Amino acid sequence: MKKIVIKALTKSIWVYHAACSPCNNCDIEILDLLTPRHDVERFGISLVGSIKHADAMLVTGVPNMKTAPRIKEVYEQMPKPGVVIAIGSCACGGNMFRDSYNFVKPLDEIIPVDAYVPGCPPKPEAMIMGVVKLIKKLKGL
Amino acid sequence: MEEEKKKQTVIPIGPYHPLQEEPEFFKLFVNGEKVEKLDIEIGYNHRGIEKISESKHFDQVAFTVERICGICSTSHPFAYVNAVEDLAGIEVTDRTKYIRSIVGELERLHSHLLWLGLAGHFIGYNTVWMWVWKAREPLLDVMEYITGNRQHYSMFKIGGVRLDILNEDIPRMEKMLDGLLPYIDLFKGAVMDDPVIQARAKGICPLTKKEAIDFCAVGPLARASGVDIDIRRDNPYAAYGMVDWKVITAVNGDIFDKIVVRVLEMYESVKIIRGCLNGLKKEPEGNFDLKIKNIPAGEGIGRHEAPRGEVFHFVRSDGSNRPVRHKIRAPSYVNVPTNEITAIKGTISDAAITLGAVDPCYCCTERCVVIDKNTNKKILGGSDLIKLSQEKTRELKKKMGITE
Repeated sequence: MKKIVIKALTKSIWVYHAACSPCNNCDIEILDLLTPRHDVERFGISLVGSIKHADAMLVTGVPNMKTAPRIKEVYEQMPKPGVVIAIGSCACGGNMFRDSYNFVKPLDEIIPVDAYVPGCPPKPEAMIMGVVKLIKKLKGL
Repeated sequence: MEEEKKKQTVIPIGPYHPLQEEPEFFKLFVNGEKVEKLDIEIGYNHRGIEKISESKHFDQVAFTVERICGICSTSHPFAYVNAVEDLAGIEVTDRTKYIRSIVGELERLHSHLLWLGLAGHFIGYNTVWMWVWKAREPLLDVMEYITGNRQHYSMFKIGGVRLDILNEDIPRMEKMLDGLLPYIDLFKGAVMDDPVIQARAKGICPLTKKEAIDFCAVGPLARASGVDIDIRRDNPYAAYGMVDWKVITAVNGDIFDKIVVRVLEMYESVKIIRGCLNGLKKEPEGNFDLKIKNIPAGEGIGRHEAPRGEVFHFVRSDGSNRPVRHKIRAPSYVNVPTNEITAIKGTISDAAITLGAVDPCYCCTERCVVIDKNTNKKILGGSDLIKLSQEKTRELKKKMGITE
């Protein structure tokens, strides 16, 4: 990627949260990031309502029959370049839902994933660390 | 009539919408500002937990059902261990009962605070959201301290709990409760006195007592409409019969009452936790697990008053090490359909808070199979699936040259 593009992408990341049949825990921990204890808005990270405004997409949960095609559609609407972060063990590899009849395939076989934050659920600190590592990687540090 | 139908405006909410945490789909049929009909489509969260549960052994199922829902992640194991203990006729120790009730009530506090914050967010009061979630953090810290996890506490097992709450930890928990009470007072004041919240919530989209009974609504939703039900009191389990507390009810069933009931319930939860901690001090430490090895054949039901209402588990065992059938009914399953009658009493702008006031939890609700509507143009039920499967078998047989 060009230098200016990377700068624009990593400066203040706007994230869109796409729940893909989760158990809600990762989702409430994502919202927890925005509230006073962790307050990631200090770094310009903000949750936006539409994927068309977003730089990053946070995906939680296992893709099932009904959400898998939709999550792909949502990803296709994201302005590129953008990054996808898989939050939680479910999004990273399916967790115990791998054996479910409604499980389609792992998230990274549906859309390209740039960072994985495992945990059930990952602590907010772990999510921040994941984003920091991703930014460092994009900048080539 | 046909002409009118064509002209009707449909506002879709979801499946991916800024208002919602989980994927779910509402269709609002509107006439001007007024909502005339509501269509709810779920199935985005179905993961087949009941089936997975049948492939795990009894001890693992407690972890499995925990992952049904993150917000009420103690309710499901609570109801599950109740069901298995009913099946096997196990009577747990008093210390276990106290610990179970403490974890259950801490979870209710966190869930109600979470909901209150989101309700503030829905009506555009982000300040409420930030304040409430700030008050929620010490609670999660205590949870992490006593169970090892901020969410998904993994405390429950058949015949006991996994970790003991040591007597030296009790002062720390009491300190947290002391710190939490001023916040609850603050929120109570903010809800009761704020003219904007009053205007936004009072008399909006009420659920009458009759409607609540007709829809079999449970939990705070039913209690806000004046239906006096609470599993903790009606059918005492764990330590709920051993401590002093009361059931909160309201009359009108509008959004305001739903908020008030939940705020007042937090006081009761604090009272229950205090009572349980006092009881815990008298019990000997370390007496918290019966170390159950075998589950006999039989059937059992377990119920628990989750933050959202009654959660019901049915377990059948054939004497092996895994359940042969595990049926789960979560409170949102009966609460969500009430939107169909409450939402049509209001305008589009009220719809957000009305849909939110149920405190819906779709990952709890979705226990049935729904196949993608967009690609198939029709919804396939269980019998259709069986039919399709039978057809496929027949085709295969034909190919292989086997005649029926």
